[in-house]
This record gives sequence, C-alpha cells and structure tokens, in this order.
Amino acid sequence: MAELVYRIRGLKKEYADRVVVDIEQLDIHTGEFLVIVGPSGAGKSTLLRLLNFLEPPTSGEIYFQDQLLGASSPLLEWRRRVTTVFQRPILLRARVRENIVLGLSFRDERADDRIEKILARVGLSAFAQQPAHKLSGGELQRVALARALVINPSVLLLDEPTANLDPYNVGMIEEIVREHNRAQRTTVVLVTHNIFQARRLGTRVGLMLGGRLIEVNATNAFFNSASDPRTAAFVRGEMIY
Amino acid sequence: MDEIFRGFLHALRFIFSADPALVEIVWLSMRVTGVALFISTLIGVPVGAALGLTRRRARGLIAALLYTGMGLPPVVVGLFVYLMLSRSGPLGMLDWLFTPSAMIAAQIIIAFPLVAGLTMTAVQGVDANLPLQVRALGANRAQEIWTILREARIGVIAAIVAAFGGIVSEVGAVMLVGGNIEGKTRVLTTAIVLNTRTGDFDLAIALGIILLGLAFAANAALLQLQKRGGD
Repeated sequence: MAELVYRIRGLKKEYADRVVVDIEQLDIHTGEFLVIVGPSGAGKSTLLRLLNFLEPPTSGEIYFQDQLLGASSPLLEWRRRVTTVFQRPILLRARVRENIVLGLSFRDERADDRIEKILARVGLSAFAQQPAHKLSGGELQRVALARALVINPSVLLLDEPTANLDPYNVGMIEEIVREHNRAQRTTVVLVTHNIFQARRLGTRVGLMLGGRLIEVNATNAFFNSASDPRTAAFVRGEMIY
Repeated sequence: MDEIFRGFLHALRFIFSADPALVEIVWLSMRVTGVALFISTLIGVPVGAALGLTRRRARGLIAALLYTGMGLPPVVVGLFVYLMLSRSGPLGMLDWLFTPSAMIAAQIIIAFPLVAGLTMTAVQGVDANLPLQVRALGANRAQEIWTILREARIGVIAAIVAAFGGIVSEVGAVMLVGGNIEGKTRVLTTAIVLNTRTGDFDLAIALGIILLGLAFAANAALLQLQKRGGD
C-alpha cells in the first residue's frame, strides 16, 4: 500500500456548536484519486478546507505526511504543498497569464516555460494575454485549474470544479486532472454531487452525510457491493437525506 | 462673458510668460496638495485596507468615524488646526501657524478620511472568497493583503482622486491656517479669493482656469492609471 498523505482520526469541525465535520477515521494515500460524494451541506467543502489547512479543526488529529497538525506546525509550508480549485473560479482582474503565475509568485518561483506548457494543456495558449474576466465560465475554470497545476502540488483538492460546466469543459477538465494524477502521482481529492463523475475518476469513493463519512471503498465495491445500505441507496439515486 | 474671455487670455499670457509670482503660487499649491495627498495615501491606504479586511463588528465605530470625517467642513478643520497650532495651543511650540506646514497638516486631516474610507469600501468590494483562494495558492499574510489591494486598485485610485479633488480646491482651511501671505502661503484658491475681493476679476479667472487645468491634468493621469488597472 502506498504511503499516507493524510491520516485523520476523530476529526471534528464545529461552527457555533453545530458539528459540520465529524470523521472518525480516514486515510488518504499518496497518488490516489479519492472522490467524496454526498448532498449539499454534508460537510464536503469544509473537509477540503481542513485538508488545505485553511481552517483549524475543532478537535481530532490530522497527520500530514506523517506529521501531526498542531500549534507549531509549519502551516504555510504545508499549505504550499496542497491547493484547491473551488467550484466558482476566483480569478484576479488581470490577464490570464498573470493569473496562472500567481501561485508561483507566492513561492518566489520564476514564470518559466511551465506557463506555456500548462496554457497549451488547458487549451488556452491563444488567451494568455487576454483579460481573464472576458473568458467564458469553462475557460475561467480551466485557468483556475492551470493555476493550481502549475505549482505542481503534492495534493490537489477539487471542490465541485465542473458543477456548472458544459460537457466539453467537463470532459477536458476530467482528462487533465486524471492525466496529472497518473503522470505526477499527485494525490487528488474531488468533492462532487455527480456519482457518474465519481465512478469515472475515483480509485476510491466515499459518501458523506451530515458531516460523517458513511463509507469509503474502492470504486467498484462502492458502486456494486456497498457495505452500508445508505451508500447502496445513494448509488441507486434514492433520496437518503 | 467679456470678463471670462479676458480672464482666459490673461491666463494664457500668464502661463506663457511664466510670471514668477504665478509660478510661485502654482508651485506652492502643488507642493502643499502633493505632500498632503502623499502622506494621506501613505497612512490612509493601509488603514483602509486593514479596516476592509477586519470583521464587521470590530470596524463599526472606526468606520462610522471615517465616514463622518469624509464630510468634515474644511473651515472647521482649519479652525481646529488653528487652535492646535496657535501660540496658546497644545502644538504651539511647533511654530507652524501661517506656514505651508500648517496648510499641509489641515489638508491631511481633510484627505485622510477620504482615502481611508474609500479604500476600506474598495477592499470590502473585492470577492469575499478571494482571501481563501489566495491562501489556498500558498500566499502568506503579506502576500494575501497585497493581492487583495491590487484587486481593489480601481477603488483605491478613486479614493486618491477623490481626496485630491477635496484638497486642491479647498480654501477655508488653508486660508485660516496659512493666512494667504504673499510669497509665503498664498496658493491658487486663496489668491482667487483675494483677487475677487479686490475686483481683479480677470486675474481671478486666470487663476481659476489654471487651477481647473491642474486639477484636470492630475485627475486625467490618475484615471489613466485606473483604466490601465481595469484592463
């Protein structure tokens, strides 16, 4: 079994006494493509923010690459090994190229030929000097993805990145992410409502309900022989919430 | 109409002859306004940015004070600075009264709330999720604030433009604390008042046209910056 990127034990996140995430145990392995499915409000996005160290947990343990998250953890250094692409692309009011360079500039890294390569990969070479706010929704999300991939993170977190996109852009983004996951052994955690997408992409799939992780299983087992009846019902498309 | 036309010709003659008295007045006006605007920007932009990034409840009272400051009557500011700098005032030992320093101090008090208040509004107008996205891309706190300020730059430039407009045309405060002393504290606005009072309308109009021209040139330069920032 591959080494662990995250080892999570008894993780809780509360907002004003409301428990949003309550995960007893979750291991995420290097290079795997984990998909978390579940309805809105299940705590999926909060889990991603915890995994990106953007918010501290209320209680519990997160081990990142064998180091326990605590008050003395080098948060900035850890955060620079992980990045998130959000559902709504949040780009700067600047040219496409400047947006893609952003993460590199935070690391004092030079914008070398990686920019041209990633622009070509996301099919936006011709738009490099265009103002980002003039692009379409699908193009904006591809810029956001390129901006995340160009820093070559150890962990890529995707928060419903294709939720509002057309099939062409969905297909393109899925292909780029899958390719990056395989070629670079980047660990990917994707949060989605779309069980078909989970089936297409995941090496493992997990179901979250009410902040709890109901089941995490290999993709085939998750869809064909779920161990929890709620998972089986969710896969059948039944309303379980 | 005749007077305006004569004033316009007068202005052109003045400008092209580079009349030393006029050059001195224009130079002092630009120096006082420029220094006041520079200091207000230097303090106001970080204060406005910090307030814009602060949680709503914490910034309530300071924001209310800033918004009140944005509407301060210049003559009241002048009176306040006059009392502070007068011989018996708490800052009398500075001996600034009726000097350009006093005029700069008064203009800073007028310009600062405009720069800080409008910068705060501009920063608040930036996408609320931008800080999260920027942190997710690995920004440290300083990089995060700088990125947000850059994103709010159109509003920040508008804040500086508004402050410039507020002080370059202001007369009440500089008249009170500067005293309109020829060759020492006479600026375009106070010279216009004086020439109007003495009936020298064409000179007053000439000075008015020069003031408008300078304000237009400065605003055009700032708006050009804003336009470039918006592309």
